[in-house]
Amino acid sequence: MELEVFKKNDVAILKISGDVDLYSSPQVRNKILALLAKTQKNLLVNLKDVSYMDSSGVATLVEALQLTNKRGGKLRLYHLGPAIRDVFELSRLDKVFDICETESQALNGIIAE
Amino acid sequence: MTGQKARQIDTIEIVIPAKPQFLKIIRSAVNSICEIRKFCREDMNNVILAVDEACSNIIKHAYGKPTNQPIQATIKICDDRFEIHLRDYGKKADSNKIKPRQLDDLRPGGLGVHFIKSVMDEVVYDNTPDKGNLLKLVKIIAKN
Repeated sequence: MELEVFKKNDVAILKISGDVDLYSSPQVRNKILALLAKTQKNLLVNLKDVSYMDSSGVATLVEALQLTNKRGGKLRLYHLGPAIRDVFELSRLDKVFDICETESQALNGIIAE
Repeated sequence: MTGQKARQIDTIEIVIPAKPQFLKIIRSAVNSICEIRKFCREDMNNVILAVDEACSNIIKHAYGKPTNQPIQATIKICDDRFEIHLRDYGKKADSNKIKPRQLDDLRPGGLGVHFIKSVMDEVVYDNTPDKGNLLKLVKIIAKN
């Protein structure tokens, strides 16, 4: 699994590639917590190249969502492939997360820090 | 074998140390078997997810941590079903306490059992082994 951080209009974007499972989700969690600790109120997560996600990966994103909500920020997920979308639908979290199709949709209305 | 029972075609056994980095091996094997059996994408992804979650639970709950102790997966490939038996030698699970959490309760964790029970047609916690656990998962495969 690989993690890359980009900035667009000063908004942090985390791009995750590969499998997010019991082995790799702690790395995702650490990266997200580090990003949110650095004054980032909003976070976009690009899941285009995530081939697999288990419940520990979903739990990591739930924790990130709770953290951003608490700070009055936004967490948005985008570019979910069919397998990842299925996992969110199965957990009914597709109604809880702000899931966008594209990066420009995800950036829409997000105020840079 | 009765006429009603599905004919068993092949059995594949995989043993991995109960460590998160090896879960991918089980997922890859299940993926390959599903491809060979020409499962639809949704069934394939669901079966992979359920098996992976069950193996993760063995590491987290039966063994309590990553260990060199084994996860033994026995996959039975039949005409109309995918059946996998997962054997561990860790702490015995109390099947009465294994319940999926309420989905309205938004919190990290606790989704694994929900995934397993949602996607598999049969989930049986077999308490007959003297030591450890035997979990039997079955997915009935719809004929095209």
